[in-house]
Amino acid sequence: MKRFMGFVNKEFLHIFRDFRTLIILFGIPAVQILLFGFVVSTDLKNAQIAVLDLSHDEVTRKLSGKIISSGFFDKAENLLNYDDVDRVLKSKKTKAVVIFEEDFGKRLIHNGKASVSIVSDGSEPNMATMTTNYLTAIISDFNRELSAGSAGSALLVQPEVRMFYNPSLKGQYMFVPGVITLIMILICALMTSITITREKEFGTMEVLLVSPLRPLQIILGKVIPYFILSFVDVILILLLSWLVFGLPVKGSILLLLVESMLYIFMSLSLGVLISTVAKNMQQAIFISLVGMMLPTILLSGFIFPIENMPDIYQWVSAIFPPRYFIVVIKNIMVKGTGFLFVWKETLILLLFTLAFIGFSIRNFKVRLQ
Amino acid sequence: METVVEAAGIGKKFGNLSALKDISFQIGTGEVFGFIGPDGAGKTTLFRIITSLMIPDEGKIKVLGHDPVTEFEEIRKHIGYMPGRFSLYQDLSVEENLRFYATVFGTTLEENYHLIRDIYSHIEPFKKRMAGKLSGGMKQKLALSCALIHQPRLLVLDEPTTGVDAVSRSEFWDMLKNLRQYNITIVVSTPYMDEAMRCDRVALIQDGQLLQIGSPGTIRDGFSRKLYSVTAPEKYKLLLALKSFAGTESVFPFGDSVHLTLKEGVTVQAISDYLEKSGVVGVTMRETNAGIEDRFLELMNRK
Repeated sequence: MKRFMGFVNKEFLHIFRDFRTLIILFGIPAVQILLFGFVVSTDLKNAQIAVLDLSHDEVTRKLSGKIISSGFFDKAENLLNYDDVDRVLKSKKTKAVVIFEEDFGKRLIHNGKASVSIVSDGSEPNMATMTTNYLTAIISDFNRELSAGSAGSALLVQPEVRMFYNPSLKGQYMFVPGVITLIMILICALMTSITITREKEFGTMEVLLVSPLRPLQIILGKVIPYFILSFVDVILILLLSWLVFGLPVKGSILLLLVESMLYIFMSLSLGVLISTVAKNMQQAIFISLVGMMLPTILLSGFIFPIENMPDIYQWVSAIFPPRYFIVVIKNIMVKGTGFLFVWKETLILLLFTLAFIGFSIRNFKVRLQ
Repeated sequence: METVVEAAGIGKKFGNLSALKDISFQIGTGEVFGFIGPDGAGKTTLFRIITSLMIPDEGKIKVLGHDPVTEFEEIRKHIGYMPGRFSLYQDLSVEENLRFYATVFGTTLEENYHLIRDIYSHIEPFKKRMAGKLSGGMKQKLALSCALIHQPRLLVLDEPTTGVDAVSRSEFWDMLKNLRQYNITIVVSTPYMDEAMRCDRVALIQDGQLLQIGSPGTIRDGFSRKLYSVTAPEKYKLLLALKSFAGTESVFPFGDSVHLTLKEGVTVQAISDYLEKSGVVGVTMRETNAGIEDRFLELMNRK
C-alpha cells in the first residue's frame, strides 16, 4: 500500500509540474464551456426579418406586431412585392421573410383560414430551422388567441409547435452535457494513454517493470490521480454553467455525479487500453484524438441528432460509449429524470468499462517486446 | 562460492536475426562480472533476459535461484537494474526520484542511506535540481543510487559509463569496488576495453556469442604472439603502409600508437625496410604487453 501511495504521489507531481497537462486539465474545460456558451449561442435574439404584407389589414398588422414584439425578431423593412424577397435574403442580413397573402383578414373571417408563408435563408440551415420554428410557434400562439376569442370555432387550424424541456430553446442546455462528455473522454483517455506511453518512451517503464510493483498497481497508480482531477473538472463545469449561464441541474445532482464517475472510470480504462496498444506517445495521441474525440463530436449526438443519421452511422455510433453518456446526462440535467430512465445506458457504460479493464489487464505486458 | 546467475545455452532471436547464440556462464556471489563487447553485440538483450524483461528462446537461466520466466516476481524483489538509457523521471528532482524508487521497493532513503552515501554525496548538493537538468556524470550517479537504494542482491548495470567523462568513469568504478563490502553481485556491460581490467571476471561478447570468459589477466595472457607498438609522426600513413605489407598478421590503431603482429618468420628488420621504402619517417618500434583489446581483436579476427 505504501508502495502504491508512493506511485500515486509521483503521478501527482508529474501532473502539477507540467504546465501543458494543467492547461489541458483545467484550462480547456473552462474555455470550452465559456466558448460554447457565448460564441456558439444557438439562441435567437433580434434576428432581422422582413415582412411582405399584400393584405394590409388589421389582422396582419396585429400578427406582424406580435412577431416583432416577441423580442426574437427585428423588422428590417416592409417589402412591396415578391421581387424584393430574393433581394433582401441575398443581402444576408435578413434571416427570413414573412409573407401574408392578399386579403388575409377577409379570408380568415370568411373561409376560416388564411395562409402566411415563411421564406428563410436555407444557406444557414441552423438559423433557418430556428427562425421558422420560432415564427411557427408565434403564429400558433396567435391562432390560440383567435380561437379563444371566437368561442370554440377554430380559425386557422395549425399544429402546435412547442419545445419540450427547453421552452425558450436555450442553447446552453444542449452543449453543457456535450462538453462534459467530450472533455472527459479527452482528458481521461488521452491523458492516461499519454502518461503510460511516456513511461515506455522514456525507458522508465523498464525500471518499473523490474520492480516489485504489480501491473495492477502501476495501472491504478496512473489512473487514480486523473480520476480525482477529472471529477473536479465535472464539478467545475457544472459550477461554471450554473454561475455564468444560470443552468441548474434539474434532476438529482448525486445521481449525476455518480454517473459521471462511472463515465470517467470508463474513459480512464479506455485510456489504459489505448496505452497497452500504442507503442509511443504519438500513437496514443493519434488513437485518442482520431479514434475517440472525432466520433464523440460527430457521432455521439452531441451536435447532430442520432435519429437523423443514416442507418449505418447510427449503428457505428452504437459502439462509441459517449453516445450513452450523453443520453444519461441530458436526461438528468435537462429533463430531470431519475435512474429508472437511464438504467439501460448506465448498464451499457458499465459493460464497456468492464470490457476495457479486462482487455487492458490481458494486454498489459510484464515484459518488454 | 554460491552462484547468483547461471545460464546454459541461452539463445534469442528477433525475427530472423539471432541476437544471442548459445550463451553459457556462471556468476558467483560478490563478483563484479563484466560483459565486454562492441555496440550491437547482444549485451542489452542478455541483460534484459537476466532481469526477466525478456524470455529466451532457447536454453536455461537461473537468477538468484529462480527462473526468470516463471518466477519473475521473486527475482524482481532483489535486483537493481540500471538500463542503458537514462531512465529516471526528468521532471522530478534528484531527491524525489530517489525517494520514489525507495518507496517502490518498500524501503526508505534513510534506512539504506549508508549504501549509497559514497555515491549520493556527490550529487546531494543538487538534490532539489530536476533530474533532467543534471550532467551526464551526475545522472549516472543518481541512476546508480536509485538502483541501489533497496540493497539488491544483484545489481545489473547496462553500459553505465557510456557518455560519461573519463574522470567520472573512473570514480564510478571505484564506487562499484566499494560495494563489494555489502556482498552485492554486480553484472556490468561496457564497450570500453580499458574498463575490463576493473572487473573480477569478464566475458568477451561479439555478434551474440561469447568469445571467452575469464579474469582480465587470464584473457590478456591468452594473447600468445609477439606484439609490437609502432609509432610515427604520420600515424595514418603508417597504418596504411602496415596494412599493405604482406608480412602483417594484424594491425590496428591503439591510442597514439599502432599495434602490430607479424606472420611467422617475418623479421622486425623486414618491416623496417618496408616502411622506409614506403616513405614513412620517424618510425619507432618496440615490443609491448598485450591488453584485453588486443586479445579481443585477435579472437574476433580468428572467427
